[in-house]
Amino acid sequence: MPDPRTIADLALEVRSKNAGPFWVTMELFMRDADGYAVVADPGYLDAAVIARLYGVPAGTIQIFRIPSLNVVKISFPRPVPQGSLRDRDIHAGQHHVPLALYPLAPQSVSPGS
Amino acid sequence: MNEVRILAPVGMLGAGFPAATVARGIELGADVIAVDGGSTDSGPYYLGSGTAKTAAAAVAADLRLLLRAAAEARIPLIVGSCGTSGTDSGVDWVAGIVREIRAAEGLNLRVATVYSEQQPAVLRQQIGRIRPLPPAGELDPPVLDSCTHIVGMMGHEPIVAALEAGADVVLAGRATDTAIAAAYPMMKGLPAGPIWHAAKIVECGGQCTTNPRAGGVLATIDHDGFTIEPLDPDNACTPTSVAAHMLYETVNPFTMREPAGTIVVSDATYRALDHRRVRVEGSRFEPAEQHTIKLEGARITGYETMSFTAIRDPHILGQIDTWAALMRKMIGEWVGRTLGLGDGDYEFDLRLYGHNAILDEIEPDRGPPREVGVMLLVHAADQRTATAVAKVANPLLLHLPTPDMDYLPSLAFATSPAETERGPVYEFALHHVVEVDSPTSLFRVTLPEAEDA
Repeated sequence: MPDPRTIADLALEVRSKNAGPFWVTMELFMRDADGYAVVADPGYLDAAVIARLYGVPAGTIQIFRIPSLNVVKISFPRPVPQGSLRDRDIHAGQHHVPLALYPLAPQSVSPGS
Repeated sequence: MNEVRILAPVGMLGAGFPAATVARGIELGADVIAVDGGSTDSGPYYLGSGTAKTAAAAVAADLRLLLRAAAEARIPLIVGSCGTSGTDSGVDWVAGIVREIRAAEGLNLRVATVYSEQQPAVLRQQIGRIRPLPPAGELDPPVLDSCTHIVGMMGHEPIVAALEAGADVVLAGRATDTAIAAAYPMMKGLPAGPIWHAAKIVECGGQCTTNPRAGGVLATIDHDGFTIEPLDPDNACTPTSVAAHMLYETVNPFTMREPAGTIVVSDATYRALDHRRVRVEGSRFEPAEQHTIKLEGARITGYETMSFTAIRDPHILGQIDTWAALMRKMIGEWVGRTLGLGDGDYEFDLRLYGHNAILDEIEPDRGPPREVGVMLLVHAADQRTATAVAKVANPLLLHLPTPDMDYLPSLAFATSPAETERGPVYEFALHHVVEVDSPTSLFRVTLPEAEDA
């Protein structure tokens, strides 16, 4: 594998889904404890990062770290009402992508590098 | 009873499953078949319109296998959230399908229905006992009257009432996903902790296995915990696949509120008994001081009309954001000039599929696309206005150039006519619970009549 550059490179799966009509939830299923250690580190991934990636208020974000499964789970209220004119992802199933593509070392990776 | 075996054939009635897996579950000694018929996941339309997402033929195909199996094994069949949203019309729809199958197959089954639809006038009298769930705010009473349908999510109690009255088949309106599987073992007096945790794990059928496409699962609940295994002999449950299901479509992976209390799985242990069976122990259920029923309501927000055209010209695609900004501006101008409509009379969303339609402003990749589908979605208070706006926008969707082009392109419409009327569109208007003194008071159980047996 080339040098890992994004969270997706260290993960088995990154997924997102509705948790009822008013919440979105996402899970990072990491390949191993090393990958988990990276994404579970609050110095790397915290509510401020999620708020920036998804344009939602940091105070509404819940983060759960589950070492026994090598999983980090993130939930926040749906920013757009389900089924409304501006909802382009009814099941919130494609909203994992900005998180999956989040650079592992934000300071050293620029777009197109 | 020391043990109860729950057969969960599939995550959603109508999704289909291999017949052999149900036969396998019966061989393994299933005591009850439990299957979910609903979800809010596909949006407010199904509750708002009181119609089902699933095709009648698909629901009938699944029910035929389950009704036969239940009749032959003489075990109950429980279906929850009938007709996708659990409205009274959804219960009646499934009951009609069951009636036809029962007659065609000559099955001797007593069928009970449990209705969950709520009347605004009744709820208004309870307004002081209705509380919001985050992120909703306090309930504004007129919201109740604005809903086309309101349902309450039942716990296991109304289903148990139907079973105790002698029903072989229970067709329930809106129920929590877990209540459907929890009802029978609760009636048999097994401990609540293992029951509710097992019920959550089996709610999506094979989702908690390593191959969710291979059919459902069997959960055996006893006094110390539960054991779960897939119904396909080649499929497997692993401690990880089972534990991971607590994450699925939940906000919090450690606790989950039910009408009667809270499932707590933070101390649960998951142990492999062999290569395909998992033992779970340590799950708890903490009874609530106040029983609550969650309400779901949907209302019409307006009417929509959709148009769809597409771009392959690299020149336009090279400046697609500029083109889209010009389109938005021109639509506003033309609609104002032609129809005399302004802000507040209508709304539209212009979506660039192939560029940033799904994620819009949070799209991380801004690279030039190869082709783009342009969806115009117009929303207005009535269908006629929505369609008129889309028709006025039509020449722009066909011919709008970028500012630096000195000729008119012709873009690629996907259909003729270009406009598709979507009819009424809905929103979920309630995210609240109502405190109740009795877990069955909001639900109406219709027991089988004598001639049904």
